[in-house]
Amino acid sequence: MKNGARRRWRLRLYVAGQTPKSITALANLKRLCDSHLAGRYSIEVVDLLEKPQLARRDDIVVIPTLVRQLPPPIRKIIGDLSNVERVLVGLDVVPRDVEK
Amino acid sequence: MTPTVRRRKFAPTKRAGNGSRPARRPLAKAPTGIPGLDEITNGGLPRGRPTLVCGGAGCGKTLLAMEFLVRGALEYDEPGVFMSFEETTDDLVENAQSLGFDLQRLSARRRLVLDHVQLEREKHMESGEYDLEGLFIRLGHAIETIHAKRVVLDTIEVLFSGLSDKFIVRAELARLFRWLKAKRVTAIVTGEREGERLTRHGLEEFVSDCVILLDQRVMEQSATRRLRILKYRGSAHGGNEMPFLIDDHGLSVLPITSLGLTHQASTAHLSSGVTGLDAMFGKKGYFRGNSVLVSGTAGTGKSSVASHFVEAACRRGERCLYFAFEESAGQITRNMRSIGIDLEPWTRRDLLRVHAQRPTALGLEAHLVAMHRLIDDWKPRVVVVDPVTNMAAVGSEIEVRAMLARLIDFMKLRQITALFTSLTEGGTTAERTDLGVSSLMDVWMLLGNPEANGERNRTLQIVKARGMAHSNQVREFVMTDHGVTLVDISRRADGSVAIGSARDAQESGRSDDPKPSRRRKVE
Repeated sequence: MKNGARRRWRLRLYVAGQTPKSITALANLKRLCDSHLAGRYSIEVVDLLEKPQLARRDDIVVIPTLVRQLPPPIRKIIGDLSNVERVLVGLDVVPRDVEK
Repeated sequence: MTPTVRRRKFAPTKRAGNGSRPARRPLAKAPTGIPGLDEITNGGLPRGRPTLVCGGAGCGKTLLAMEFLVRGALEYDEPGVFMSFEETTDDLVENAQSLGFDLQRLSARRRLVLDHVQLEREKHMESGEYDLEGLFIRLGHAIETIHAKRVVLDTIEVLFSGLSDKFIVRAELARLFRWLKAKRVTAIVTGEREGERLTRHGLEEFVSDCVILLDQRVMEQSATRRLRILKYRGSAHGGNEMPFLIDDHGLSVLPITSLGLTHQASTAHLSSGVTGLDAMFGKKGYFRGNSVLVSGTAGTGKSSVASHFVEAACRRGERCLYFAFEESAGQITRNMRSIGIDLEPWTRRDLLRVHAQRPTALGLEAHLVAMHRLIDDWKPRVVVVDPVTNMAAVGSEIEVRAMLARLIDFMKLRQITALFTSLTEGGTTAERTDLGVSSLMDVWMLLGNPEANGERNRTLQIVKARGMAHSNQVREFVMTDHGVTLVDISRRADGSVAIGSARDAQESGRSDDPKPSRRRKVE
């Protein structure tokens, strides 16, 4: 648990404007982080409509895309994040919480 | 009601009714710059619209698409975006290098954007609903940065394996194709053929304007690539399979050049170069632009007739290209010198070029492309193919015939006079050409060496000569140290012919009336 306590989650969410899917995704992500990773996470929202060049640089095709930059390795989760179970697996949160 | 009509102009999804409608304005086209492809499509791909290029693995889809972009950027001032869903940009750069294209330089000059999209299923997880807006933004941004007019998506079908929701992918693809049209970019979308289906995931249903199918077959150890225009809305196209080739110049498609047999028929004459032979054609020789077939068994003098023709052409100052499929250039020169034909000065003056190659060195199509290229590069007036029958080593009879038909048409369009020699197998009927090619030819001469009275003597006869009065007589074909001479065959009193020493005997026996039958006129 000591190890787990020091872990931090750096997350980046790619959206394209204020679409319903983007709004849903951000809301889902915040709720989920607050309940499982409180105080251990940061979220950066990248709007590709404002920075279209980042789509190519960061290899984004699907919107919304959540990129887990930390902890390593980098993982991508696509969709509006409505399937909480899968997001937790993708963020590598579930196993430890189950142990708890 | 007008809005309906106007909308149809931009999305012509309805079929032309009963054909009685006035002809539509000709479609705007974007030339690919690929030799042959623009000919068979009457000018290129539908401008501002997507074209589907499909085929099996390794059929050349990616290279065709890449050449379309490179030539667009270099020759038509139309920059392009290549979005690759499979190959990495490094692989693309390397593969294009083998065609002589420098993609890095084009990218640096902002004439090309290479973008590799990775969407492997293992690299992401899915949770909830999504769309492909990222792809639109990414492609749109690339198009805007270089003002691209052309786009390639190779192959977008990867989306189906990368994403689990097929329904979303289909809906987004439909949106993408509408978006591409709205952007007015000329696009190539590639798809992998699977079994009887054109593309694995039915991309053809999104592309209604133009569909091109590529195919690669291996026949008798040589790979043959073929291209077919399956569909081209609003544009005439031949549905035939066209061979194509990929080499260090890129792609070349070989169309049947004179689909309508529209070439000009010349009435200018050319000397055959053989003493006595022009007289058999009413003293004039062949027509310019004729295709002449000289067939005969081994050792009947086919190459000699060819060389005489070459020499006569060079004397007139005309360029002559000699395709030798049996002997080397040196061998031909030496052999011809033995019968008094010296070709070397013409080689030195670059009026004669001998291109010697084993038929088996290349596939049939590759030969045809190579010949087209040499002819187009150097523009000879006279071409010799010696012997054309050796092509049978690399293709079936039908294929060789088809290839010859294309080659002949190609040369006729350019008013090139061509002479083909054909080796007949010993023992077969002389009139039967091995490849059944005689019907393609304007002039057909048959050489023989019948054996009689313990000796073989050479003969020549004209089997056909389109549009020319010609002799129906068999002549004796004599090789001297100053070339070939045709000698009239003497007739004995009983009507049989005397040839060789029998003729000599007959002629010397009638010293009071020398060479009696040689006076016979040419009819």
